[in-house]
Amino acid sequence: MEHKKEYPLGGVIPKGGTAHDYSTGGWRKLRPVLDKSKCTNCLICWVMCPDSAIITEDGKMAGFDLDHCKGCGICAVECPDKVKAIKMEQEAE
Amino acid sequence: MAITATKGQTGLTGNSAVAYAMKQINPDVCAAYPITPSTQVVEDFSSYVADGAVTTELVTVESEHSAMSACIGAAAAGARVMTATSSQGLALMWEMLYIASGMRLPIVLCNVNRALSAPINIHCDHSDSMGARDSGWVQLYAETVQEAYDNMFMAVRIAEHQKVLLPIMTCLDGFITSHAIENISLLEDQEVRQFIGEYRPATSLLDTDHPVTMGAMTLPEVYMEFKHQQSEAMKRAKDAALEVMADFGKRFGREYGLFETYRLEDAETAIVILNSAAGTTKVAIDELRKQGKKVGLLRPRLFRPFPWREMADALKGKKAVAVLDRADSMNAFGGPVFNEVRSALYDLDNRPKMINRIYGLGGRDYKVKDAISVFDELAKIAETGKIETLVKYITL
Repeated sequence: MEHKKEYPLGGVIPKGGTAHDYSTGGWRKLRPVLDKSKCTNCLICWVMCPDSAIITEDGKMAGFDLDHCKGCGICAVECPDKVKAIKMEQEAE
Repeated sequence: MAITATKGQTGLTGNSAVAYAMKQINPDVCAAYPITPSTQVVEDFSSYVADGAVTTELVTVESEHSAMSACIGAAAAGARVMTATSSQGLALMWEMLYIASGMRLPIVLCNVNRALSAPINIHCDHSDSMGARDSGWVQLYAETVQEAYDNMFMAVRIAEHQKVLLPIMTCLDGFITSHAIENISLLEDQEVRQFIGEYRPATSLLDTDHPVTMGAMTLPEVYMEFKHQQSEAMKRAKDAALEVMADFGKRFGREYGLFETYRLEDAETAIVILNSAAGTTKVAIDELRKQGKKVGLLRPRLFRPFPWREMADALKGKKAVAVLDRADSMNAFGGPVFNEVRSALYDLDNRPKMINRIYGLGGRDYKVKDAISVFDELAKIAETGKIETLVKYITL
């Protein structure tokens, strides 16, 4: 949609899955940090993340999609008490 | 009221005629919340639904805001959608009116004109639809039951026109037109079907093979482009309306234009007035013409888009023109029709003297003698070239 004349009528987004191309991570104040040595790969964080920002590889927790993570901290809270592999840190520091 | 004749000449109230038009159109979805004086549109139409005379999904909602929201949802899903309302109902739809037009959904709304509160009043004036004049909806006005009925079919075609794709509001006067029985000539169902054709939306939320997002946020880098598109569509709506009206006239023999003129061509003074009050003014014109006075009328039909060039052309050379508004803009500078007509005439080399008279608010009678006294005033202005009062309430 380089040319303005090509903008679809009424602001219709004419295909699915375009949210992935729109970076919303810039809103973040706190950043999740993973301690891999503690993580048990239970993937509760993957289930609970409202922005689908937990990256997995081969069924294992692999890190965060920081282009879409808004730093809500739900992953850090939901990480089981005995594990606590995710900590929230200030973006500014 | 029961409709005994199904085609040809019959007598119907404006509301029953509009409901009957909706039955013949058979929209996919109608979401509505009844309100005086448009109640009977929804009431009659719900009978058609209950009787299985239409296949419409009637959504009985809890408010007009919800009615318009449901219409928008259904239209986004690709349905042909209609609704009806009045006054406070239209006011409660306000937020959603802009969303319907911004999303380019060709919804048809029949607004039976009624005054806005406060003080509360159920009778006719145009403050409801005039307040919605900048909401991006095409607006068509009707003088008679016949015209209100015919406008419904033309409205569908104009809204769904590929060069337009905007929602449309058809307006008729509450009680005066909505509740009075007039002679009307009905179309046959088959004629209606052929005239309006099938609605084929460009996108549909229900088409899961081609998923789309509608109503997404746009930020400063693109929002203005979408508004520009909408503005251009509104400009094109004039030619689309002319095209649709011409086709209607060719098929059914009833000719409509952007506005109606009555004995205007050789008139020296004229009244510009909307809807049913034009009929009263025509009687006054006939009386004055018998006395040799050159008076005429212009009755706007398409108010959005505003056909300013054509209107200026029709009023050029007149000595004095009174625009009568059945709504006050509360701007201390006259009603909405006055301000737009006066602005349209600005570029004329020989501008008529113009005055604004506010009449008929909240259903106040406008009689032949009222029209005559406005013409008397115009005659004086034409003679002296002097305007004593630019804007004034009459029929007080």
